[in-house]
Amino acid sequence: MAYSIKVNGTSHSVDAPDDMPLLWVLRDLLGLTGTKYGCGIAQCRSCTVHLDGEAVQACQVRIADVGTRAVTTIEGLASAGTLHALQQAWIAEDVAQCGWCQPGQIMSAASLLAKTPHPTDAQIDEAMSGNICRCGTYNRIRRAVRRAAGGTP
Amino acid sequence: MTALDRRTFLRISASGAGGLLIGFGLGCKDKAKPKPSPGPSPSPTPTGDGTELNGWIRIDPDDTVTMIVPEAEMGQGILTGVAMILAEELDADWATVRAEHAPADAATYGRQSTGGSTSTRANWDALRKTGAAARAMLIAAAARQWGVPLAECDTEPGKVVHAGSGRSERYGALAAAAVHETPPDEPPLRDPARYRLIGKPTPRLDQRPKVTGEAVYGLDVKLPDLRVAMLARPPTFGGKLATLDATAARAVPGVRDVVEVPAGVAVIADHTWAAMKGRDALVVTWEPGPNAGLSTEQVSATLRELAPGGVVVRADGDAAKAIAAARTKVTATYEVPYLAHATMEPLNATAVVRDDGAELWLGTQAPSNVQQTGAEILGCAPDQIAVHTMFLGGGFGRRSQVDYVAEVLQIAAKTKGTPIKLVWSREDDTRGGYYRPSSLALCEGALDGDGWPVAWRQQIASPSILERFGPLPKGIDDTAVEGVANLPYALPHVHVTYGKPDLPVTVWFWRSVGSSQNAWSTEHFLDELAHAGGKDPVEVRRRLLVDKPRHRGVLDAAVERAGWGTPLPAGRARGVAVHESFGSVVAEVAEVSIETGAPRVHRVVCAIDCGRPINPEQIEAQMESAIMYGLSAAMHGAIHFKDGRVVEGNFDTYPVVRMREAPVIETIVLRGDAPPGGVGEPGLPPLAPAVCNALLALTGKPVRSLPIRLA
Repeated sequence: MAYSIKVNGTSHSVDAPDDMPLLWVLRDLLGLTGTKYGCGIAQCRSCTVHLDGEAVQACQVRIADVGTRAVTTIEGLASAGTLHALQQAWIAEDVAQCGWCQPGQIMSAASLLAKTPHPTDAQIDEAMSGNICRCGTYNRIRRAVRRAAGGTP
Repeated sequence: MTALDRRTFLRISASGAGGLLIGFGLGCKDKAKPKPSPGPSPSPTPTGDGTELNGWIRIDPDDTVTMIVPEAEMGQGILTGVAMILAEELDADWATVRAEHAPADAATYGRQSTGGSTSTRANWDALRKTGAAARAMLIAAAARQWGVPLAECDTEPGKVVHAGSGRSERYGALAAAAVHETPPDEPPLRDPARYRLIGKPTPRLDQRPKVTGEAVYGLDVKLPDLRVAMLARPPTFGGKLATLDATAARAVPGVRDVVEVPAGVAVIADHTWAAMKGRDALVVTWEPGPNAGLSTEQVSATLRELAPGGVVVRADGDAAKAIAAARTKVTATYEVPYLAHATMEPLNATAVVRDDGAELWLGTQAPSNVQQTGAEILGCAPDQIAVHTMFLGGGFGRRSQVDYVAEVLQIAAKTKGTPIKLVWSREDDTRGGYYRPSSLALCEGALDGDGWPVAWRQQIASPSILERFGPLPKGIDDTAVEGVANLPYALPHVHVTYGKPDLPVTVWFWRSVGSSQNAWSTEHFLDELAHAGGKDPVEVRRRLLVDKPRHRGVLDAAVERAGWGTPLPAGRARGVAVHESFGSVVAEVAEVSIETGAPRVHRVVCAIDCGRPINPEQIEAQMESAIMYGLSAAMHGAIHFKDGRVVEGNFDTYPVVRMREAPVIETIVLRGDAPPGGVGEPGLPPLAPAVCNALLALTGKPVRSLPIRLA
């Protein structure tokens, strides 16, 4: 069935079964492959995107349930050609290795900083422990979040 | 295992992939080498009219220098590392340097296979010569243009200069002429004292596309008319399709076809979701085959039974006699389970089969084996298989297998001209065969009258990775005993044996291979001996590493930084381990406490001697990575079998370390001038024993099996 969704400020019409997860709508129908598949059951959060600013796992959101909420993906995080402070911090701390989980990590961190601009280390660990990284970049992710929050990496 | 060994094994592994490589006997009508289409590339490629000075270096008129890297970027930073070595000798301006994956091309690059932490150490000389030869060609072109002797010309980053006349010219303006110059056979190499890049912490070249979502991995490949396939596979080793009713699957909207292939039943659809739903809708039954009774208990019993009767790997002195005569002896049985690699990006591959061969886009550690697999399945020559290496969302050894390549080619051969992307779900990835082998080690040790270790006997039983490649020399799989066969301690009596079980579980290289379990058994057992003798674990190691200066160097560096012997908060203890693998030596000190019945690792100090460091930044990153990967295995990792099937499926049942469990890691990279050693794997082996040694110090109890389960 036909749905209209707004992704990164642009409206799209997609023809999709109503149970199709937003993850596969983004990746396979809209070609926005920055949002990654890792588990399909909300265990790894590689597919984290924002719905009206709220971090969600795109593998768990059916296209039929998106409604009018604005979808933001990693491709829409930078504004007017300037990378988000977190993306800049990720580069400064040389965080990514294989990089597969990092869009999800960054989207989770962006949601954290939007609500808690100056998180404690414990708040960072709590907010980011839903996201799995098999390259083990956790030390650098912590530093990058602190850096983006204006603290000491 | 040496670089050469691993490379040799991978060289023959395609033919050893056995049952998966069932040929269709299609034959390729056109024997001409196909021209690869301008398909997706892992990162934005400049479309300049650049000049390739050789297979590794292309220079565009705008001075962009592209390093073409035949190794696979799976997170270890090899695109950056190889580019640094080439750029050092080319005398390139680093700000203009980018890197991309080379195509599979045996004529230019020889065998392409990334594994065994070999990319830097095996190519160190060749890369420097390649960069230096290109620099010499640019100098020759400038000298010819200016009509001055070669010897009067020199380079500065990105340009050739002539001091006498004050002239200079950019590489970008010289490259087109330089390609006609003859590269010297033995170009002069830069004096290491003058290195500008090598040894300097350097950010990765692929960082930005990986934080913007622009980096293209195998699963991200887009092509016109692309179909997505998922495969239903027999759930047991040696199982076969019994009955199939695809009616419901075909009725799923978006499903195009259901085809039987040797690997199973493929559902071909317009998109991944339809393929998943279609596969779920298959009504399929399997002949379980001969291994329906396989269980973890059976594996364990087999290893236990086999371990005492193995073939001798090493025999120094007379360990049996020394142990029998000793007043203080320690015996211990250590056991580790099978492990999945669990790369973050599940396995996948995209292929289109045509009359003249095939073209693939995928994350692979082994492009040459991909070509060989294609040649065997399609009945054509390897160079008729074009391979585009995309970014790898993790490898850890798993992507040096070609099982998923064989699968996608089997399917794509049935949809000629239409590209197929084969997607593995996370559950497929966990259950899809190819595991770090299980292993069991019977250890016996003896102390002298003063409490120092004098005798060591270790009898290992572990499935063989290498037997698939041919008969094992003397019945020994070197990967199963690495780290024990070369136990570094100066003991008068050492006895090591190996027993090879026949088990149906397919096993494969997993980050640090045999060292992943053998460093644990040897280093933890050494602490058991130290504990029994009332000795400090660091003191025991220093005493027994008397003729191992590199081991002592990293040990001293790590314990000093860690504050060994200084007070810790109550309930916390330190453990140390040191291990050599892949040409490098690493020591780690872990600080551990027990929280709610489980170990909590607070801090790991790591020191590595990898010879001359190329990029200390990435060496640190690889130590952090290997420590977390090793910690996941030590804390959580286990693949179990029940009724012939893998029990674990997704990250809920195969958990890995998350940030809340992640220790703070401090790495010391020792500066040496020996040729570079490996970096991707050697940080892993010392982690588990360092943690278990801390637990032994804390509780007085050893850990005899992994993952760690405190009673």
